[in-house]
Amino acid sequence: MIEIVNLHASVDGQAILKGINLTMGAGEVHAMMGPNGSGKSTLSNVIAGREDYEITKGDILFNGESILELAPEERAHLGLFLSFQYPVEIPGVSVSNFIKTALNEMRKARGEEPLDASSMLKKMREKMDLLEMDKGFLSRSLNEGFSGGEKKRNEIFQMAMLEPKLAILDETDSGLDIDALRIVANGVNALRSSENAFMVITHYQRLLDYIVPDYVHVLLNGKIVKSGDKSLALELEERGYDWIKKEQA
Amino acid sequence: MKDRLAASYWLHESHFAAVSNALVTDRRRKAIERFEAEGFPTVRHEDWKYTNLKKVLKEDYALYSPFDAQDDAEPLEFKDIKRFLVNDIDCYRVVFINGRYSSWLSETTHSGFDVCTLGSAWKKYAHHIEPHFGQLTEDLGALVQLNTALAWDGLYVRVPNGVTLDKPIQALYFTTGDQPIFNQTRSLIILGENAQAEIIERHQSLTTAQSWTNAVDEVFMGAGARMHWVKLQHDEASAALTQHSVVHQKQDSHATVHTISTDGKFLRNNLDFKLAESGAEARMFGLSLADGKQLMDHHTRVDHLAPHCTSHENYKGLFDGESNGVFNGQIHVHVDAQKTLAFQQNDNLVLNEKAAIDTKPQLEIFADDVKCSHGCTVGQLNEDALFYLRARGIKEKEARALLMVAFAHDAVADIQHPSLQAKLNRLIGKKLGVKNFGFAL
Ligand SMILES: Nc1ncnc2c1ncn2[C@@H]1O[C@H](COP(=O)(O)OP(=O)(O)O)[C@@H](O)[C@H]1O
Ligand SMILES: [Mg+2]
Repeated sequence: MIEIVNLHASVDGQAILKGINLTMGAGEVHAMMGPNGSGKSTLSNVIAGREDYEITKGDILFNGESILELAPEERAHLGLFLSFQYPVEIPGVSVSNFIKTALNEMRKARGEEPLDASSMLKKMREKMDLLEMDKGFLSRSLNEGFSGGEKKRNEIFQMAMLEPKLAILDETDSGLDIDALRIVANGVNALRSSENAFMVITHYQRLLDYIVPDYVHVLLNGKIVKSGDKSLALELEERGYDWIKKEQA
Repeated sequence: MKDRLAASYWLHESHFAAVSNALVTDRRRKAIERFEAEGFPTVRHEDWKYTNLKKVLKEDYALYSPFDAQDDAEPLEFKDIKRFLVNDIDCYRVVFINGRYSSWLSETTHSGFDVCTLGSAWKKYAHHIEPHFGQLTEDLGALVQLNTALAWDGLYVRVPNGVTLDKPIQALYFTTGDQPIFNQTRSLIILGENAQAEIIERHQSLTTAQSWTNAVDEVFMGAGARMHWVKLQHDEASAALTQHSVVHQKQDSHATVHTISTDGKFLRNNLDFKLAESGAEARMFGLSLADGKQLMDHHTRVDHLAPHCTSHENYKGLFDGESNGVFNGQIHVHVDAQKTLAFQQNDNLVLNEKAAIDTKPQLEIFADDVKCSHGCTVGQLNEDALFYLRARGIKEKEARALLMVAFAHDAVADIQHPSLQAKLNRLIGKKLGVKNFGFAL
């Protein structure tokens, strides 16, 4: 599905990603772990197409084709989705208007007719029920005044509506209480299929109890320094990152 | 041009005098004398520092007097103006062409209240006009004086005590013809106690010839009266508008004015409120969407003259291309105006480094027990927000437009009519270059 090859990225001449290699297949869940500042959000932003980063070397292939030249919206149309670590507040744009616009833009890009109002509403209701969200939510301004948990749930709601092929969840679990965590995980698991893949960026093993990963990677100083199965996450939970840092030194 | 305008007044003074009593004629004469003494404002005037009228004055305008024979070489038909109306709302309609009333295109009334042209009211309603005309404009600048001297046609509305207009009024001012033209239009709106009226106003050029409309409006609101006035300024690139509106409010009256400026060459808006008795409330909202070499200027002034009055002001501006914006918001809280609530906010996005906005709040507060707040911001479109929208599949152009509309949102949020909202959506979408505006305001 996605193949990241020797990816180097920098900001203002300062290297942040220093040779990432990662291949994810359909149906897989990859957990990406690593200490703060190691480059996890940079990696997800670069995949999503943020223009602040300069790609100095390497490539990102999506279904075999390089996406480096594609605009963020074009990547989204291919089925890429990023659940932001810090979702932006946009006063004046309601959640429902935003979702409608986004979903219909996606459909348009794929040559599909826009969804009619009642099917749209039905779909929204369905996904909101799944995520145990309040109906009043739809008419609120996008992320404005949302609690941390509400913002993250809103990201997952958008994911559920847009049904991406590859979803990157950037610390979607941070700041969630245990109930919210369970609800978010349910949302992800409901979407999981042999057709799509997830990259779950997290600091905590507890999310991985709900969303069980096939692979676990450790990102350190812009490189994936260790990969393993779900037992690696347990080990990191117990021992922290210092032993890996020492291994690297 | 100053001399031609003055000459035009003196030439026709007897015509003006013939329809009014000596008091009104005297006001006209004082006004023209002041205009002659002061001339057109220049950038040396504090109020016109960033708004250079020279650009507008340089054209060789034709001047028509209301007493010239009407030239109907190019009569307009309803189909020519239909698209400029807010169609789905049943309205009274008062239409002007090159500053002169068009009975043919208008739908006025005199049953229970008056909605018509000032031109037909001078003599007929002299007893209503005499106590009001020119009473709010005496101290204002040279352009207003010029207008007072030459005032003839424009919207005339008088609503007796306790009467609510059954439908809104659309006032439409068209310019046509292939000569540059300079028009004066003058409105007088008199609302009795607890009277209610709603006005939708539009200035529209139907030609590419240069035009300049100098408009002055006086509004008198009795106790408990309510008024909502929407000004649509979506004119041709050849059209300039200078407009000074003054609203005088008695006890517990409520006035709301929306000024939506989306196109035109040169727009200078002055909007003044005199909150003369307790409990009066003025709300004003503005939106400027400027690009190219457009100039959009909003000068507002609220005089809190009595205790317990409220003013609420929220203006938004988006400046692209090489456009210029000016915002000047004056709030004067006079000595007796205790318990005043005054709120003012002006937020701007500058979308191009060649565009600029000068924004200046001016508060003068002489009472001690008041709540006043003001703020102004100048910024750029939020890049994080733009990326967020694009990452959800919304194309860059649409995403920018969506953010701009969201930014502009509270300037138009209070407009109640769905069809007027839809019209605004279309105008704004057109301005932002987005077809099939997929999102509502
Ligand atoms: N836009 C940016 N400008 C400057 N520095 C950045 C930018 N984005 C990330 N960085 C830097 O890159 C490093 C990695 O950041 P980030 O990807 O957010 O790490 P993580 O998500 O793993 O905590 C940090 O040192 C951070 O300060
Ligand atoms: Mg991060």
